[in-house]
Amino acid sequence: MSATDDPHIGTAEQEPLGPPPVAPWRENWRYFTSNRGAVLGLTVLGLMVLTAIFAPLIAPHETATQYRDALLAPPAWTANGRAEFLLGTDALGRDILSRLIYGARYSLAIGLVVVTLALISGILVGLVAGYCGGWVDALIMRVMDIILAFPSLLLALVLVAIIGPGLFNAMLAIAVVLQPHFARLTRGAVMAEKSREYVTSAKVAGAGHLRLMLVTILPNCLGPLIVQATLSFSNAILDAAALGFLGMGAQPPTPEWGTMLAEAREFITSAWWVVTMPGVAILITVLAINLIGDGLRDTLDPKLKRS
Amino acid sequence: MALLEVRNLSVAFETAAGAFFAVKGVDLSADAGEVLAIVGESGSGKSVAMLAVMGLLPPAATVTADAMCFEGRDLLTLTPRQRRDLSGSAMAMIFQEPVASLNPCFTVGFQIEETLREHTDLGAAARRARAIELLTQVGIPAPEERLGSFPHQLSGGQCQRVMIAIATACNPRLLIADEPTTALDVTIQKQILELLLRLQAEHGMALVLITHDMGVVAETADRVIVQYNGRKMEDTDVLSLFERPRSAYTRALLSALPENATGSRLPTVSTFAAAAEDGAA
Repeated sequence: MSATDDPHIGTAEQEPLGPPPVAPWRENWRYFTSNRGAVLGLTVLGLMVLTAIFAPLIAPHETATQYRDALLAPPAWTANGRAEFLLGTDALGRDILSRLIYGARYSLAIGLVVVTLALISGILVGLVAGYCGGWVDALIMRVMDIILAFPSLLLALVLVAIIGPGLFNAMLAIAVVLQPHFARLTRGAVMAEKSREYVTSAKVAGAGHLRLMLVTILPNCLGPLIVQATLSFSNAILDAAALGFLGMGAQPPTPEWGTMLAEAREFITSAWWVVTMPGVAILITVLAINLIGDGLRDTLDPKLKRS
Repeated sequence: MALLEVRNLSVAFETAAGAFFAVKGVDLSADAGEVLAIVGESGSGKSVAMLAVMGLLPPAATVTADAMCFEGRDLLTLTPRQRRDLSGSAMAMIFQEPVASLNPCFTVGFQIEETLREHTDLGAAARRARAIELLTQVGIPAPEERLGSFPHQLSGGQCQRVMIAIATACNPRLLIADEPTTALDVTIQKQILELLLRLQAEHGMALVLITHDMGVVAETADRVIVQYNGRKMEDTDVLSLFERPRSAYTRALLSALPENATGSRLPTVSTFAAAAEDGAA
């Protein structure tokens, strides 16, 4: 039985079929790629990921090898530079380029782990707060407000001071600091979506609380969360670098960018490249990720869409 | 025994000014195979009464009734789990805004199959076949292709057809339609009403139609309940409603129809409101 030969259905106006369905990711990809900055950011980040993965193949030297004949050698293009040390060497004669290449691994891992931890815990907490409402909501959000009331780096420092310095502890501390942002965002979105009609019709179909929370409501709240996750990625890298710089993050001789900056502190006036290179690496990475985040926000926020 | 039997239903909302009664002591019943229309103006409590039957009211609402039975089971004493098993399979509901009633994140096919997965033992292939069958039944062209569509890719009429497909997926005995055609334009309204009536006749369902469109009532209903200000004004079969309206409010409502207007000014219900109140007392 098809629609056209069914006598019960009016044929006065057959509803049009409309354009063939387009997968939403394809549509979003088109919007995303029309933003030049976002594409540039994605390219840079892609190169960064490749660099991190293939670090042993790309890096010209070992990260810990000390070339005693080339302490604080300037970059290759300056007057006293040596060709084998493209970006120069640090105070112990280690090749800065190789250390930066390996450092990309740490920075990306930090971003990934921190954002994953903060995202998962923030979403769960925010979902429960927004869905349950009432005193549960009030209790959870006041705790989040307390965390937000501290300057983020200070709180991370305190946490690291309590659980001990080290890269993983630093990541945990940063995740705790970033988590309330996700919780707030999720709660707001959940509260807005909770009263929509499709949630009611899911209830009519017999969906339980867990299903309503995780399957019905959560996917509709993901847009802003994805954007926040991207922007937090760069925040996490910055905070980890700051903790490293203060000696509370990754410990030497780990070639983490913030830790490299800390080691170079005393040579700021005499050997500019030792400080500049890790700084530039952090700058480029954070900038690229922020560009991607901006692009994603334009793509996923229907209000900013031109159509 | 009626399929749905509600006696002395009251729904109160807690407000700052004290309890506000949206529904006051309403009795209603619906038999299998019957089309029952509930009419009344906005705020007359017709939707709230049905939401109470489905258990969809927010916690701020207090529902009291002497009896609220579906197939002899008291809905008020069911556990949440039993209630979830019942709704979606034995009793279903469709709403006014078809586009908003579908989850924008999932395809139409997923949403139909979700209900089937919850309430039936069908396997994946059987669910898909049933979903295609349902879409064909509600008159959606090229159902295999439409299974992969998202709600925003369909028109309002098509979305309402999908909602009806989801609601009837498990062959419910009771289907409540809360102003199912209000958001649609006239030609689509007619198609959707005919579709609902056809499905109602085929499956022998009880159909409760909430509406404020007297034309819809005249064309579809077997029995009509007129509600005003949370109270039931009249409960009668459709012919006597139009020919011999008993309550003053019903007469006011009917005279407010544009096609019944005699002078150049349309009479409004509010002028008869006081009289209707007396009629109820």
